[in-house]
Order: sequence, then C-alpha cells, then structure tokens
Amino acid sequence: MEHTPPPFFKRGPAPLVRLAFFASLSVALLVLDARFRYADGLRQALMLAAQPLQEFAALPGELAGRIAGYFSSQTQLQDENAALRRQLVEASLSVQRLQAALAGSEQLRRLAGAAERRGDRGTAAEILYSARDPYARRVIIDRGTQHGVRAGSPVVDEIGVVGQVTRTYSGASEVTLLVDKDQAIPVQVARNGLRAVAFGSGVSGMLELRFMAANAEIEAGDRLVTSGLDGVYPPGLAVASVTRIERDAANSFARILCQPAAGVERGRFVLVLSAEARAAPYPEEATTGSERDTRTGKVRRARKKAADGA
Amino acid sequence: MVPERRQRILLPVRVSWIVGSFAAALLLNFVPWQPVGLAPDFVALALAFWCLRQPRLVGLGAGWLLGLLTDAGSGVLLGQHALAYSLLAFSAITLSRRVLWFSVWGQALHVAALLLVAQGVALAVRLAAGADFPGWMLIVSPLLGAALWPVVSFVLLAPQRRPIEVDETRPI
Repeated sequence: MEHTPPPFFKRGPAPLVRLAFFASLSVALLVLDARFRYADGLRQALMLAAQPLQEFAALPGELAGRIAGYFSSQTQLQDENAALRRQLVEASLSVQRLQAALAGSEQLRRLAGAAERRGDRGTAAEILYSARDPYARRVIIDRGTQHGVRAGSPVVDEIGVVGQVTRTYSGASEVTLLVDKDQAIPVQVARNGLRAVAFGSGVSGMLELRFMAANAEIEAGDRLVTSGLDGVYPPGLAVASVTRIERDAANSFARILCQPAAGVERGRFVLVLSAEARAAPYPEEATTGSERDTRTGKVRRARKKAADGA
Repeated sequence: MVPERRQRILLPVRVSWIVGSFAAALLLNFVPWQPVGLAPDFVALALAFWCLRQPRLVGLGAGWLLGLLTDAGSGVLLGQHALAYSLLAFSAITLSRRVLWFSVWGQALHVAALLLVAQGVALAVRLAAGADFPGWMLIVSPLLGAALWPVVSFVLLAPQRRPIEVDETRPI
C-alpha cells in the first residue's frame, strides 16, 4: 500500500457527484447516438485516436494469416485449383446462358420503354474479423472510403447477399450481416414473385419473413431473391431459402423461417456493390400510367400515392 | 488492522506508466480475439487496477474517456462503455480502501464483481437500445478477466517494486 497523507484538503467534488455527472453525460450521448445519430462527428474524432491502435492490433492476426498461407501445402492448393477450374467451367456455362437471357430481357425492356439498368460495379474485399460486440452481427472488411466504399452499399458473395455496409472508415468498413436483428431486406419468392421483407432474427442465424398472411402462397424450400424495390439491393440476388413455416390458426400471420443462402457467417471474400443501383423514379402522377417522368424532382409527393397503390 | 502478510513499500507511481498501461490495454482490446465476446476486457481490468491502487490519480474522468475510445474503436453505441467504465471506476474507488487488505485471490473476487457490474451495465444499455440477449457466455469474459488479476497486478506493479539503488547483480 502506498502511504500518502490522508486526503483532507484537496478532493474536488465528491465521487457520487462525479458519478452522476459522467453517467448523465454518457446517457445523453447514448440517446443522441441511438435516437438522433448526432454523435457521428465526435465518433470520427475519436476514431482518429483509436484507429492507429486498431491497425496495430490487427497486425499479429494478419501476420499469422500470411505465415499460415505460406505454409499451406501444395496438395491443398492443387485440390483447390482443380475445384476452382471446375467451378469456372460451370460458371462460364451459366454466364453464357445468363448473357443470352440478359440480352433478351434488355431488348424486351427497351421495347417496353423502361430505363436501362446500369451494370453493377463492385469492389472485392476481404473480411478481417467480426466486430468486437457480442450484441450485434457485424464484420469488418478491409476496404473503406479511400477505396470508394460508401455506407449503405450492399455486400454479396459468390452465392448471394451477405449484408450491408453500415459504417465506413478510411481503410475499413463495417458490414452488418443479414442475420443482425436490426437488418431488413426486401425479397421476392423466386417461384411466384410474392413480395415480402426478410428480417434478421439475431442470435439464431436465421431470417424471418414477418407480416405474411397465414394463407400466403409460400412453401418450405422456396428460394427468396432480392426484389430491388428499395433501390439499395439490385434485384435478383439470392437471399435465402425457406426452411420452416408455422401456420397457426390463432395468429393472422404465418411464422416463416429462412436459411440465408450466402455464406453469411462463413467465407472470407465479399463484393461490395456500389450503392447507386437506385430504383426507377416514381411517376409524377400515380394515376396516369401512360406518361412517365424520369426527372427526380417531384418524386416525394408521388411516393406516398405509389405506396398506397401498391 | 494490519495485514498479516508482509508488504513491500512501493515506489511512487509514474504517470507515464499509467498512461502506457492504458494504451496497451486499449491495444489488447482492439486485437480481434476470435470467439467474439469471450476475450477479457483489458481496459476494464487496467482501469479497475489503477482505481484500486491510485484512486486519487485515476478516476471517473479517465474511465469515461477510455470508455468513449473503446466505443468508437469497436463501433458500438457511443456512451455504452463510457457509462459502464464510469460506474466501474466509481465502485472501484469506493472499494479501494477495503480490497487491498485481501490476498491476491480475494482481490480477484472483488474485481470479478466489479467487472460483472460493468458488463451488466453494458447489457442493460444494449437491451434498452433494442438488442437481443446474446446468451450467458457474456459472464465468461468478466470471470476470465478476474482470473487474470494476479498476472495483471504483478505486471502493473513491477516498476514500483524496483529498488532505488540499482544493484547490478539483481535480475530486477
């Protein structure tokens, strides 16, 4: 123990007062951050201090990964190579089919006078680690604002949608996975085009379709793809497949659980799509279907009507 | 009351050592330990240590700032760790007169309680913000932290244990 003279004189405010001060400061920050998102400036400033430490802390893991990669055996690489070649052949076949189909649909769409959808561009990224927060399902990837990643961009892997970029730093960004409790994605049943919204269910690693009528035409095994209605996710990406449906007479909604298609919690490489795949602008007058206005000016007013009509 | 075991008279602490230990703890916290949520919270451990040992130097303000840095660094709600660490610092300062009379494992028990309180505060904040309860493995991290207490207190006290006259024949 240290022998200091008893602190009779200079003590400052009582500890309880200090506690009250700092606790109320924290609670105020929490509310500002959680409710209003006002604390982002402060967060960026703090990140400036924390980021060097963070990058330094990530070094040992990277180094270990590199060393392990260096010593990974020849046979493993050969096996992987062969498997990749096979996949490439299979994929090129389906790419050819897809191109034919795309050309066909492009022609049809042009015929119908619809706006041409721009090709999706993306940035390949590597998942560094899961965020140190047991309450949320997030991962950190190694591409940030300096590589053009922006908050809101969808993130996919070779099978389907993985999640969405929720926060960007200069050299890294944070991706919230589909299974996070706060994450939602508009989907469509591939078989019959039924629209729905899939919500993450948190701990269990599943997705859930909420607010689907008990008699909705959906069955176990149905594939769900993005519908593209939100203007964030491009349409047609695989999201999940339905695994279980509970139709309970006591509830008016069915309880539908789905298994994510992509390696949401596996895999190392993902593709960050640019978030500019915006939905087609809403028509100015929702009632007159013949005229189409592509100006983005007065869409706010029409949106409400379009939502009512849908 | 006098403790029954022998105690050394320690050198005064250096502020640079305290700051350095907090930086090292932040660094350890930012290391991506892989089973997420199981790794001990090194910042909380260092904060508890200094609040118990030096309640006049390290207090609520330090805890609050460290909490903010942890929040920003790990991308969680701003204020979650700040609140938890200020409460941790407060309870550690309140307990500081009592805890140091115990043996090192007795101290570890007290620290376990402190760390559990901090974790509980973080849990309450997240539940209030709408998260799900992530499971009982939450209490593993504070218990691991408390199990590390003897090591932490040995390492962090080491510079204060050095003799004033440096003797070349002694290892430390």
